[in-house]
Amino acid sequence: MRQKNKHSAAFWERAQVYLLIGPFLILFFLMTVLPVLSSIALSFFHYDMVSMPSFAGLDNYLRMFLQDDVFPTILKNTIVLAVLTGPAGFLLSFVLAWMINEFRPAVRTFLSFLFYVPTLVGNALYIWTVIFSSDSYGYMNSFLLSLGVITSPKQWFSDEALIVPIVVIIQLWMSMGISFLSNISGLQNINPELFEAGAVDGIRNRWQELWYITLPSMQHMLLFSAVMQIASAFSISSIITTLAGYPTVGYAADTVVSYLTDVGSVKYEMGYASALSVLLFLLMFGTRSVIVRLLKKVGQ
Amino acid sequence: MAKKHSFRLRFPARRTAGSVRKYTRSRFGNFLFFAFLFLLCAFSVLPLVYSVVTSFKPLDELLRFPPTLLTVRRPTLRNYAALPDLIAGLQIPLSRYLTNSLFVSIAGTVLHVIAATAAAFVLSKIELKHKAGIFLIIQLSLLFNAYTLNIPRYLVYNGMHIIDTYWVYILPAIPSSMGVFLMKQYMDGYIPDALIEAAKIDGANYLRIFSRIIFPNVRPCVLTLALFSFQTIWATIPGGTIFNESLKTLPTVMSTISAGGIARSGSAMAATVILMIPPIVVYLFSQSSVKETMGSAGIKG
Repeated sequence: MRQKNKHSAAFWERAQVYLLIGPFLILFFLMTVLPVLSSIALSFFHYDMVSMPSFAGLDNYLRMFLQDDVFPTILKNTIVLAVLTGPAGFLLSFVLAWMINEFRPAVRTFLSFLFYVPTLVGNALYIWTVIFSSDSYGYMNSFLLSLGVITSPKQWFSDEALIVPIVVIIQLWMSMGISFLSNISGLQNINPELFEAGAVDGIRNRWQELWYITLPSMQHMLLFSAVMQIASAFSISSIITTLAGYPTVGYAADTVVSYLTDVGSVKYEMGYASALSVLLFLLMFGTRSVIVRLLKKVGQ
Repeated sequence: MAKKHSFRLRFPARRTAGSVRKYTRSRFGNFLFFAFLFLLCAFSVLPLVYSVVTSFKPLDELLRFPPTLLTVRRPTLRNYAALPDLIAGLQIPLSRYLTNSLFVSIAGTVLHVIAATAAAFVLSKIELKHKAGIFLIIQLSLLFNAYTLNIPRYLVYNGMHIIDTYWVYILPAIPSSMGVFLMKQYMDGYIPDALIEAAKIDGANYLRIFSRIIFPNVRPCVLTLALFSFQTIWATIPGGTIFNESLKTLPTVMSTISAGGIARSGSAMAATVILMIPPIVVYLFSQSSVKETMGSAGIKG
């Protein structure tokens, strides 16, 4: 009898575990895992969304590297933009959270709100379309015209030298999102005793405190923030398509995401679009592995 | 110097009580600190100020040349007053759209927060086979581009018979990987395992530990998830999954106003400003409560 009770208690305990994680896992499987798997499968097919998919083997992948003239430029742009915005966005969202952490709560909430505005308001990108509008009604153009710096309205996004810096600035401006908030809450949760102990152990200034105490206590939040930054830095696309349309002049700023969206929605080549997104995933996965290793070195 | 001192005194008490540490900045360092913060704040707040200012502009100022970015000479409420007329032609009263928006945003947020926190609790604190693998998959799913998932997702919705129902807003919001990822990291970092061990020794079961111990102690993180989820669902315009007019939400209606061309651009901006209010309220509410609960969490690592 006792044996049986023990058995059913263990069963009940397991049941609780599945009850807690089950709802999430079932929906996660249906809404994310299944679609991802079918997208990966689709990358080995030709599929125009009308007729049945036909098996293509590695065709889509070979096409990327051997036949597609545009793809090398697209891949290069994606990596350049990721390198320019990812690390900077990661640092900025930590540094700003760290800077405002020393204010009293009400001030901190207000400041964090101001930084969060570009993520919070739905039409944040709109202001950039009116600022950089290419006719003389564009704010930047009318401002520069009235100063006499330029004599005719400038086509901001036709100039390859201007489009990348503009996109980088806007992306950074929009990067105070969820990782910024998670950094704030992480900083708030560091055990204050650690700081006291550090001061006793000979920490002299705020920089030492940052490196030896604050950052190591933030490891978990920093990993979260890093993964979110990787995801967004490699997926910049709506900024570019909203401001400059698709394609940009000479494909100067188009990325894998804007390219695969065009391949899928306009050219109806869903198999190729899927292969492109698998490749992008591998790129991000590789980056993540490197970052995870680097993050382990923090505070040492 | 005196000014800086009073600023120091306003530190949260728990960080300064009996503190040995006091790192000061030079006057120049302070200047740089505040100048940097001020510039970035001004830069960030641009779209909000612009939207509000534009929504109060009369038509002739909207069309003025050269355009003014952040100033309005003769503010008017006409853009807001015109809104009821612009939407009077709809078959469904505005209140229905508003109710829909609030209902799906709140329901989706509540269910997401509960499901994500429960899953993160298991992944962070309970023995489970293949736990590490499951967590890695959740994390990596964030790196897969959403665009190519649209068709398979549509097929899944179709298979579940949730197309053209409220569920199509709510169900996809529940298993957001980001929420579980953030919550798991938070629990790993700030909820000591000893807390769960102690509760188990006291005879509490997992469900009880979850509702009585975990949930209250991760409240700061719960509020952040809630904010993010609410904000996302609130702004969603479903593509090809909602056809019934009485199931549509506010952003869909507002986008029909913006489609009305330059003469309506003032009203479109007024509509945008109104749409911003709920997320802003949720932000201020959730983030100011985050600060309150942090101090009272009562956990020593």
